[in-house]
Amino acid sequence: MTAIDQNAGAPTVARRRQPNPVLAFIRFQPLGAAGLLVILIMAAAAIFADVIAPYDPEAIDFMAMLTAPSWEHPFGTDAFGRDIMTRIIYGARTALTIGFVSSFVGCSLGAIIGVSSAYFGGRVDLTIQRFIDILLSYPIIVLALVVVAVVGRQPIAGIDINLILAIAIPIIPRVARVVRSAALAIRAMPYVDAARAGGYSDAHIIFRHLLPNVLAPYLIMLTAYVAQAILLEASLSFLGLGVSEPKPAWGLMLSGDSSNFYQEAPWMIIFPGVAISLTVFAFNLFGDSLRDWLDPKFKT
Amino acid sequence: MSSATLLEPTHTQTAPTAPLISVEDLRVEFSTGRGVVKAVDGVNWSVQPGETMALVGESGCGKSVSALAVMRLLAKPAGRVAGGRIMFEGRDLLTLPESEMRELRGRDISMIFQEPMTSLNPTLTIGLQIMEPLKIHLGMSDEQATARAIELLGLVGIPDAERRLGQYPHQFSGGMRQRVMIAIGLACNPKLIIADEPTTALDVTIQAQILELMKDLSRRLGITLVIITHNLGIVARYADRVAVMYAGRVVEEGPADQVFGAPRHPYTIGLMRSVPRLDRPREYKLATIEGLPPNLLAPPSGCRFAARCPFRIEKCAIDPPYHYAGDGQRSACHRAEELAQGLAEQTAAVVAGTVGQATTEPLLVVRGLTKHFEVRGRGLMGTKGTVRAVENVSFSIEKGRTLGLVGESGCGKTTIGRTILRLEEATGGEVRFEGEDLVTASRARMKALRTKIQVIFQDPYSSLNPRMLVGDIIAEPLIFRRGIKKREARERVAELLVQSGLYADMADRYPHQLSGGQRQRVGIARALAMEPSFIVCDEPVSALDVSIQGQIINLLDELQERLGLTYLFIAHDLAVVRHISHRIVVMYLGRVMEMADRDELYAAPLHPYTQALLDAAPVPDPAMERARQPRALTGELPSPLAPPSGCVFHTRCPMASAECRQTVPEVREIRPGHFAACIKI
Amino acid sequence: MLRYLTKRILLMIPTLLGVAVLTFFMLRVVPGDIVELKLRGDGGTVTQEVIDRERTRLGLDKPLVIQFADWMKGLATFDFGTSMWTGRPVAEEISIRIGLTLQVAVMAAIISVLIALPLGTISALFRDTWIDYVVRVVTIAGLAVPSFWLGMLMIMGLLTYFHWSPPVTYTPFLTDPLANMSQLIWPALAVGYRYSAVVARMVRSSIIEVMKEDYIRTARAKGVFERLVVGRHAMRNALLPAITVVGLEFAFLIGGLVVTEQVFNLNGIGRLFVEAVSRNDFIIVQTLVLLIAVMFTVVNLLVDLLYGVLDPRIRFA
Repeated sequence: MTAIDQNAGAPTVARRRQPNPVLAFIRFQPLGAAGLLVILIMAAAAIFADVIAPYDPEAIDFMAMLTAPSWEHPFGTDAFGRDIMTRIIYGARTALTIGFVSSFVGCSLGAIIGVSSAYFGGRVDLTIQRFIDILLSYPIIVLALVVVAVVGRQPIAGIDINLILAIAIPIIPRVARVVRSAALAIRAMPYVDAARAGGYSDAHIIFRHLLPNVLAPYLIMLTAYVAQAILLEASLSFLGLGVSEPKPAWGLMLSGDSSNFYQEAPWMIIFPGVAISLTVFAFNLFGDSLRDWLDPKFKT
Repeated sequence: MSSATLLEPTHTQTAPTAPLISVEDLRVEFSTGRGVVKAVDGVNWSVQPGETMALVGESGCGKSVSALAVMRLLAKPAGRVAGGRIMFEGRDLLTLPESEMRELRGRDISMIFQEPMTSLNPTLTIGLQIMEPLKIHLGMSDEQATARAIELLGLVGIPDAERRLGQYPHQFSGGMRQRVMIAIGLACNPKLIIADEPTTALDVTIQAQILELMKDLSRRLGITLVIITHNLGIVARYADRVAVMYAGRVVEEGPADQVFGAPRHPYTIGLMRSVPRLDRPREYKLATIEGLPPNLLAPPSGCRFAARCPFRIEKCAIDPPYHYAGDGQRSACHRAEELAQGLAEQTAAVVAGTVGQATTEPLLVVRGLTKHFEVRGRGLMGTKGTVRAVENVSFSIEKGRTLGLVGESGCGKTTIGRTILRLEEATGGEVRFEGEDLVTASRARMKALRTKIQVIFQDPYSSLNPRMLVGDIIAEPLIFRRGIKKREARERVAELLVQSGLYADMADRYPHQLSGGQRQRVGIARALAMEPSFIVCDEPVSALDVSIQGQIINLLDELQERLGLTYLFIAHDLAVVRHISHRIVVMYLGRVMEMADRDELYAAPLHPYTQALLDAAPVPDPAMERARQPRALTGELPSPLAPPSGCVFHTRCPMASAECRQTVPEVREIRPGHFAACIKI
Repeated sequence: MLRYLTKRILLMIPTLLGVAVLTFFMLRVVPGDIVELKLRGDGGTVTQEVIDRERTRLGLDKPLVIQFADWMKGLATFDFGTSMWTGRPVAEEISIRIGLTLQVAVMAAIISVLIALPLGTISALFRDTWIDYVVRVVTIAGLAVPSFWLGMLMIMGLLTYFHWSPPVTYTPFLTDPLANMSQLIWPALAVGYRYSAVVARMVRSSIIEVMKEDYIRTARAKGVFERLVVGRHAMRNALLPAITVVGLEFAFLIGGLVVTEQVFNLNGIGRLFVEAVSRNDFIIVQTLVLLIAVMFTVVNLLVDLLYGVLDPRIRFA
């Protein structure tokens, strides 16, 4: 059943009601919208952490060590008496910043490499492909750890550039490969042939016909890799090779001593993990829906 | 208005025996994101034992859906039967328990589908797939089933059956796979076979083989056949009865002779007029059915065809009942009787006119054009090879004229178009456009020439950038190639849209919001925006429905007349090519077989391949079809990777001799202006 | 077939060589090396002379290319060198740990696939029912929950309800299969969750795709039992994309273990790897990276071969 727009024959068919895309997204992708909502809440928490958070994330309070959740400390406190809810709110800042920036860097570099590889073809393509093959034989976290070993564990100029590199680099070959095949498929489309037959410049064809059509897979991967990056940051921090104390980070909150308090202070373990899982879950939900949403097959 | 007296009950006219299957007031609905589509809305048809019935109509008219409903194979959960009965041998199929229905499928009723390439399971052997129904329904042992499968493969004309049973579908060609599908369909000696567009995906000569096979087997084995098709020629050649469907309903039904000879519904009449025909000359415009079929999400009340009907009267706002005539012909039109007697007057004008004459100055001269592709087989072990896609092809096109380039898949026609456009680099030869060789033209020069040479592609879905507005698609050449200011470009876009038969406000839509025909018009408008003198039309209508096809062909005709355009028209449909072309080149496996002016070629084809092609294509006229004895070409299309030696056609040529295997025939002028490549002429 | 296999194996060599070169030189572009970290790490004062001597002993004073050549030569004779930190042979460091890691990985893979196949299939066949929704939520969660945290939750639960805590020493399977299994089942489940979620999602979507195929309609039109339609006609085709994922995700599994071994006190190669990275013990790091790359490549080769078995189109190509 092809449900094509059959009323299009009439001359004065309404300037179609262009439905509000946000409302339409909520209506047709309720799960994705829920994911987006969680993401927005997390983002708000990250941005307004200074205002929302009840305590100073790094303030040590030996009087309140290992307090169970209460009205005063809704998520309890850790072994230094630091408020866990506060650290989770500030941790959102760390997670989202590193997650988003590394996904953006990784996906963008990957996309540029993928498109170039597809566009130039021939020897360039072959070389890039071999290089990508090599990088793909490293599991993500292994490559990230190698990069950590290379760039060191100290933040550069106070920013976690080392961490961002460690997370972004494993993303690059994965995105490059997907974008390359998408670009190759688009390059073979008749509308690109039509543009070539129109005598436009290469740059014109790339910018007006190739890139806008690679944008959908790019956005989908960008979302999906934010989730991956947050997980990866948590893993690295957990291993003590990511964010370092006393900066609040979810993975870090689970590392080191916290495993000594399985029974004494389970809240120390439960809440940061829930924060990680919930955020990644939200990004995955949103990413899945975004993929369906941007897939022209689902549009009529 | 005397039609009311013609209303008579159906059983007084029907044939003496009880029908094998009768579909009564069938309603099928599909729930979609936008609402419920009533794909089949009160459909009746029935078939007598031993008869061949054709269900005709355009895409989305509900013909396949009603067949799937018979099999109870509608896509779940979207599709469901909303009402009606399907009586088969006294039982209503719609109320049978699923287990009984399953026993019926493949045993009493078989179905053959459109896409032979995807209808067989790629991971199971042909043998297993043929033997499956034998074991399930007839409880045969392995040995019995194997013996029967070998017998069946022989029956459908697949040689070396024993060995082929162990092979997988990808080792068979499209035509062979369809033969396998037929063998599966025949396996349990069914009473009824439903064939859903069984040859649409196949080349003309293969199509003829398959249809002949089906006709022969159904007659020999006494099987009742329901063929679903959009091709009126097939109906005329093979059907005893025909039911014409439109927008979810049967608008006319009757014996094929009568429906073709004296159609009683304006849609039937329109369909027959809008098909370009092999047996008619070019000097008339195709009468088209304007507009588009209604949206079945919200079908109009009254006659569903009224909006497009040239015979529309006030009464058409009321749903027309069936008007019966002799021999069980019935039509859902208030003016059925008038139409049959030719009394009805058109209330709307039909496009008509003749095509202007052209000068004789050549605009494009192709000489010795050759294109080879280096290919690598699949996988790492793939062997290298050369596809000789185009081999030493020469022709010329005069200004203001159309050259038709015809042939089956793999004949190189599309490659020629792409090479002229320099989307592919030629391996050899020259393409002179206004005297200038395009093959050797510099990049800069080519870029300049590209405004004069444009292209229209086959697939209206993928030839428009899905992320650009229609207006931007058409404005792109204006702004970036012709230096027109944005504001003026907007006006020009509106003009071009109107010129291409669209509405100016469609500029603000995205391609996916348009229908296939409308998209093709956008493609035409984009080409015209360059103000070219020459357009390569690469199968511009083959993806469209018959009534839409006619509209596009007429548009191309009009534009040629008005703007003095020159076309290279590439197609596989001989009738379409005949309608639009002044001169025709017939190709086979990368070579020119024959070249002549249109009327000469169709009246007196010289090359055996051209003759076979003309024979293979059925004409929508049962009387004519019965009069001629179609000679289907035997054999398969050879692979272009390993074309036969000598004359590439010798493997399938009825006239071939030893010499044909040795010498490559030259293209010779046999009569003035009529060339052919055959040593036997 | 044999030719194909040879060719595939030969093609693995440049990729693996690339991994070796890349890892080796990446690790050596950094200033500061293990010797300084080892001898001066705790703020101890050691003379430059001592450091230089240690460098010479480890061969770090030679030009990089020579060092690389030495490493390659060693690899060819299965001499992987000695750990720069502990001074023990790399081969020994790895061999005492690899059994444990592989066992957990293989257990996780088997359990995951066994769970994922029926789960994905059921979800696809009951598409858009509550069963499907449950499976989908559970699988999306599988992608979200970090395996190390899942492991911590498991330990917490086991501790609270069964007073069981992960043993400090590892019991080999042959010594005491039951103790071994009860120790390793938990880490296998923790890392396997994600794996089985990914595979189940793939199985679900490919079955949904396959069930739309024309040949499924053909099978039904032949009157084939629905059980056979799924089991014979759909499964085999649906497994093809799922198998690819099983192969690709195996690498992820190894990656997950790198982290999860910490949680369960498992002294496997994951832990060795993390320790080596934190100590700049490059010999261990580069050897492990190469080892993991080899495993990854071999698994993918096996997947391709399996693919060939299931897909006749590949087999005959």
